[in-house]
Amino acid sequence: MSLADTLAAVTRIPGVRGALVVSGRDGLVVAEALMEGVDGRAVAALTGSVAGRMLGLTGALGAPPPALLHLQAAEGALLAAYAPSGLLVVAVTAPDVNAGEVRLALLQAAEHAA
Amino acid sequence: MTADDVQALTAQLARDPSSLVFLPLAEALRRRGQLDAALPVAEQGAARFPEMAGAWDLLARIRSDRGEGDLAFDAWTTVLRLDPAHLGAYKGLAFLSFRAGEYARSLRYLQRAVDLAPGDDALRAALERVREAAGARPVPGYSQPAADPLRVLEAEPGLALLLDLQGRPLAGSIRNADGKDAGDAVAAVLAGISREAERAVRLLGLGPWRRISLEGGPANFELRTPTIDSVLLVTRPREVPAGRLALLADRAASAARRWLEELR
Repeated sequence: MSLADTLAAVTRIPGVRGALVVSGRDGLVVAEALMEGVDGRAVAALTGSVAGRMLGLTGALGAPPPALLHLQAAEGALLAAYAPSGLLVVAVTAPDVNAGEVRLALLQAAEHAA
Repeated sequence: MTADDVQALTAQLARDPSSLVFLPLAEALRRRGQLDAALPVAEQGAARFPEMAGAWDLLARIRSDRGEGDLAFDAWTTVLRLDPAHLGAYKGLAFLSFRAGEYARSLRYLQRAVDLAPGDDALRAALERVREAAGARPVPGYSQPAADPLRVLEAEPGLALLLDLQGRPLAGSIRNADGKDAGDAVAAVLAGISREAERAVRLLGLGPWRRISLEGGPANFELRTPTIDSVLLVTRPREVPAGRLALLADRAASAARRWLEELR
């Protein structure tokens, strides 16, 4: 499955405004499928930053790397699945999205992006 | 204010969403009892002007009118972060506390309000009424110590940590995989997380951030900001359902918020 197919599986979910594959190390976009008005480079950089800090948290606790990050805001959410390769599969969503469905799609996508 | 006035203000705000017209508009809607209409106007105003105490005060009054005490409490404590001498916030917090039957807390807020406005006879009368309701007999020099919120909530230690934005632990503790205290290391890692999350959601137009959930491995984590200058981390083994962990974190954040308010 290509990265484009992987992202399409995420963006098919109602309420998902876009999906990206991001390099967790430097916060650069590897692939993206975004609605107009969503700045992919900004999403990548900011998600990489927050996800990196969360990786630091589990590291400080001597725990294995996390699988999924969910940043919930008043008018939407940012979800990111950690792929073993260091890539992040990210979704930007509306507030009323089925978060459970997005979570599953991202975890599956992260397996393909490994 | 007439319906025409409200309509005119609504049109003005639509033309210029960055103007301050949301203040008189939301207040007018609140006074007319149109709380469902007033709320989004005030929320968007507070999101657009997060440093404006008046915007948060207005939001708090609307929340209070809607019977949403916890959310009104949050908004008024935000007002006090921005303006520690805001009379309306102290009056509002006193009212909320009184309504919740927390007379001692209500008295403290009212006393601060009276200190700020010593010539306000209505405030002094309110203070006396609450004193009577509380059956209070003040003992000079005694103040009840506030409990550590995380100790109160935690059956097991090492599962919740409250820290300030400089990465200094405030309460609670967290243990690493070897069972050793990792509070300082975790606090250092999380010192900037609130600002980073804020930056991310603001740039994406997602409004203020509410929570961060982290799952995977042997434990799951929840992050909250009980106040604008603190961060709370709560963790549980992965066997604890994610929704339950989120509720535990919400409860701990609420207790932490009150505890921090007591300290200030």
